[in-house]
Amino acid sequence: MKGFSVRLLLFYLSSGIAILSALSVIFASRPTRALLSLIVTMFCLSVLYLLLGAPFIAMVHLIVYAGAVLVLFLFVIMLQGIGAADTPFFARFQKSHLFTGSLAVILLLAGLLTVLKKIVPVQSTEVDGSIQTIGRLLFHEYLVPFELTSFLLLLGVLAAVSLVKGEE
Amino acid sequence: MVPAGHYLIVSGILFAIGLLGLLTRRNILLILLSIELMLNAANLAFIAGSALHGDARGQITAFFVMVIAAAEVTVGLAITVLLFRMKNSVDTRDIGSLKG
Repeated sequence: MKGFSVRLLLFYLSSGIAILSALSVIFASRPTRALLSLIVTMFCLSVLYLLLGAPFIAMVHLIVYAGAVLVLFLFVIMLQGIGAADTPFFARFQKSHLFTGSLAVILLLAGLLTVLKKIVPVQSTEVDGSIQTIGRLLFHEYLVPFELTSFLLLLGVLAAVSLVKGEE
Repeated sequence: MVPAGHYLIVSGILFAIGLLGLLTRRNILLILLSIELMLNAANLAFIAGSALHGDARGQITAFFVMVIAAAEVTVGLAITVLLFRMKNSVDTRDIGSLKG
């Protein structure tokens, strides 16, 4: 019973912080602040992954996002020198898109909640997300997609280098 | 144990927040960050589905989504750097040369 309540507390705490920091990504006045809020969201998401029984994915998520992707973003923001500039509140948004954007989001949320109402009472089952299980699945059943993703990453690197270098 | 449906609701809310940012922000970098947020919300939904069915294959899908997100970020940031070099701005209003 005690373990149950700790899990519940961790779930509400980390999902609450994740949603709040996601909101601050959208409404942030400076790109650097938005980026740091997104890092907070990523940490909370990896706590949620751990609670869902996916320790391998949680750790890979931390390494790939907090360690690599967001640092790359930070480098680009610093290089452009726009990270420290404050933008006034209404200059952050495209005013003509504000109404349609929020309408689309409200419709999406309403639709999602009506669909998810049926799923909520279903109890989740224990899933084995250990490195052994993931590795066995990845290198037996999903070997071809796995190799294709390495090819995709190589293509991404080549595309980035040729885009930025090709101008000179 | 917390039912997996609660995680799905959190994922839906995060996806909606990301969509709002994608549709309304003017800074290209923030649009890319919103796309990252949406991809991660989808990942949370995959892993919640994996817990709902007791099947580890959902986690494999989340792993692939992560790899594709990393590839997308490298290309997207390269394009942002190029645009900044050409226009000296990251505002979507200044990038209208494709408009007829």
